[in-house]
Amino acid sequence: MSKIGVFVCHCGENIGGTVDCEKVAQEAAKIPGVEVSTDYKYMCSDPGQTIIKNAIKEKGLDGVVVAACSPRMHESTFRAACAEACLNPYMCEIANIREHCSWVHEKGEATTQKALDLVRMQVEKVKKDLPLSTIKVPVTKKALVIGGGIAGIQAALDIANAGHKVILVEKEPSIGGHMAQLSETFPTLDCSQCILTPRMVEVAQHPNITLYTYAEVEGLEGFIGNFTARIRLKARSVDLEKCTGCGMCTTKCPTKKVPSEFNALMGLRTAIYVPSPQSVPNKPTIDKEHCVYYKTGKCKLCEKVCPTGAITFDAPDEIITEEVGAVVVCTGFDVAPTSEFSEYGYGRYKDVITGLQFERLASASGPTMGEIRRPSDGTVPKKIVFIACAGSRDAAKGRPYCSKICCMYTAKHAMLYQHKVHDGESYVFYMDIRAGGKNYDEFVRRAIEEDGVNYIRGRVARVYERDGKLIVKGVDTLLGGEQVEIEADMVVLATAGVANKGAEDLAQKLHISYDKYNFFAEAHPKLKPVETNTAGIFLAGACQSPKDIPDTVAAASGAAVKVAALFSKDQLLREPVVAVVNRMPPPVFSTCVGCSLCVDICPYSAITMENIKDRAGNVIKTVASINPGLCQGCGTCVAFCRSKSIDLQGFSNEEMYSSVMAALHE
Amino acid sequence: MEKKEFEPKIIAFVCNWCTYAGADLTGTSRMKYASNVRVVRFPCTGRIDFMLLLKAFAEGADGIIVSGCHPNDCHYTAGNFHARRRWMVLRGLMDFLGIDIRRIRFSWVSAGEGAKWAQLVNEHVETVRELGPYENYKKAAEYLKEGMYNG
Repeated sequence: MSKIGVFVCHCGENIGGTVDCEKVAQEAAKIPGVEVSTDYKYMCSDPGQTIIKNAIKEKGLDGVVVAACSPRMHESTFRAACAEACLNPYMCEIANIREHCSWVHEKGEATTQKALDLVRMQVEKVKKDLPLSTIKVPVTKKALVIGGGIAGIQAALDIANAGHKVILVEKEPSIGGHMAQLSETFPTLDCSQCILTPRMVEVAQHPNITLYTYAEVEGLEGFIGNFTARIRLKARSVDLEKCTGCGMCTTKCPTKKVPSEFNALMGLRTAIYVPSPQSVPNKPTIDKEHCVYYKTGKCKLCEKVCPTGAITFDAPDEIITEEVGAVVVCTGFDVAPTSEFSEYGYGRYKDVITGLQFERLASASGPTMGEIRRPSDGTVPKKIVFIACAGSRDAAKGRPYCSKICCMYTAKHAMLYQHKVHDGESYVFYMDIRAGGKNYDEFVRRAIEEDGVNYIRGRVARVYERDGKLIVKGVDTLLGGEQVEIEADMVVLATAGVANKGAEDLAQKLHISYDKYNFFAEAHPKLKPVETNTAGIFLAGACQSPKDIPDTVAAASGAAVKVAALFSKDQLLREPVVAVVNRMPPPVFSTCVGCSLCVDICPYSAITMENIKDRAGNVIKTVASINPGLCQGCGTCVAFCRSKSIDLQGFSNEEMYSSVMAALHE
Repeated sequence: MEKKEFEPKIIAFVCNWCTYAGADLTGTSRMKYASNVRVVRFPCTGRIDFMLLLKAFAEGADGIIVSGCHPNDCHYTAGNFHARRRWMVLRGLMDFLGIDIRRIRFSWVSAGEGAKWAQLVNEHVETVRELGPYENYKKAAEYLKEGMYNG
């Protein structure tokens, strides 16, 4: 007969307020096999865990059920406590009476009954549990960082400086990301390139970092400590080994009118191009879409002028594989699609631009060399209107979230404008000013009080053109909803930050979760902000949600520490939730009939067929055999097995049937 | 006296990575839903053998929910596709056995869809409440116990 302990947690008022915990404990004591059943205010606290440990020792318990919060929260805490009291940690199960019961139902008899049912299900499961031991697997001490913006750069440098090899993959021809495009950064107004480019160079020169630009991750297989990444090195038609970056090709290229992505489509570039003068690597790439040779088969001017013969028109994409132990995803964000802002005339009027385009105008390396000029006629705008929350906090556009950075960069833009155009007037239409952060609110106050930016609380209804001026129609809600009309020379939209276009695809390749806006999901919003639900894959930066530079850098360093911690051990302990094929004494050996159905359906190729031989070496039987190092414990083979010869440790047939039956019988 | 409303017993078979986490989110967001459901956690919907579902019916469940990750979101690459295919087969079998297929609800709920989980449970509880208690399988089990088919 089993000796099981049931421990019911009140979680303060969180469970105790809705569920009658005392009654649950009393009723649970009546379940056959339950030796001790008690309730306590906070089971996860030190005294709470001591209650469990003492009960295990004093009563000689062989199974523990903790009725508390989600197992995703504290299963490991309680299992560790059991282990300390010398009970196999896998003999401890959690009944989730908080997230699945007290928080979602009204106080009453039915809720208490449900809590009791949940406890009973776990008691029956624990009766069938078997003691398991953790599996040891080796760790490949090399990290893959996806995305070479500030997040990826910071993460790669931190991991590399901790002494580990890093592979940095960037899809664009240069690293730097959005930060390289910015003019100055809030709240200090220091030049973005001045603080970023030294780090870009450091990445390129670091002995521990292998940099692949113009490359994309095609697929990721494996598990924590043992991933295999497939990386596509897109053909850039320039041999980076031979190229010296002299720039002859870019000056001679006949296709000179391609909109420059780096300048947010405000300037022009050639078909063979380097995104910006500070690019790393500072070597060109041929844009096949616009190159005359790729379009017509003639030209090859760049090949003729190249002094080192570095142009390789026919080189195909190359696919390489890399073994890595951890992955940091830093793929950043995008600005909302321009087609969304028809009411503001975006796309219709040249002088309605996005915040990112304004950054390029204000940047010393931008198309106007840092002078604020109208894209339509090149004149200096004397009146400029900034519209905050363009696409953010707008349920009608399917984006109810706050993009976080816009309030600050709008204040910065207005301030930069006032610094550059002394007789100019600037207006900001805003919903609220969200300036939480060190020295942030002071920065916004400075824009308003010292630089004389006019802040108008209200939304803009529409923007239209009249006599060469952009008429901005809005309301001032602080003046009781009075109509405001401003004749502006230029309008800047603080466009929402959105997930990258390929985010969903990438998440599916990496097997990580993402939210409904396609931002990648963290494992826990507060306590595991840089982890994903997939062990060994971490997140940093704006691919998770819109983030400013300080938050991004902090997250990247956080993710790097997680990677370094993972690499600090030679072996990794893994949960023993793996499938096993039953084996028994001769003459049966195993109930497996050797149909090999499981071999084909296993997503990890963890199953092979094994011959059982007699002493003379003759094959008696062929059965399936599962490699516990490769098995991830999905259990698909268990459900597929026709002879019921495979079982999943921790979620075995006996355990699951008992659990289901307990849910239905009192 | 008014007759007490029938409270169906629903068992939910969910995967650990998406729907279980989604149901946790429902809790963290403090959304309320019907308390008739009992969740059984599996690593993946691919693990859910349909003998378990039939067992649940045999043991007195009135309705069942099976829910996992959306297509392409499976933590284990393809477990949810296997589950979906298995469900297509089970549906035919259930029809043959005379179990109303509306008693099983197959759904995808991601870790971010707390509200969808609450809605799913509420809808299914209502559907099953309308269908009434499920007793056929139990009857068959009793016949077996009485030796009706033992010759």
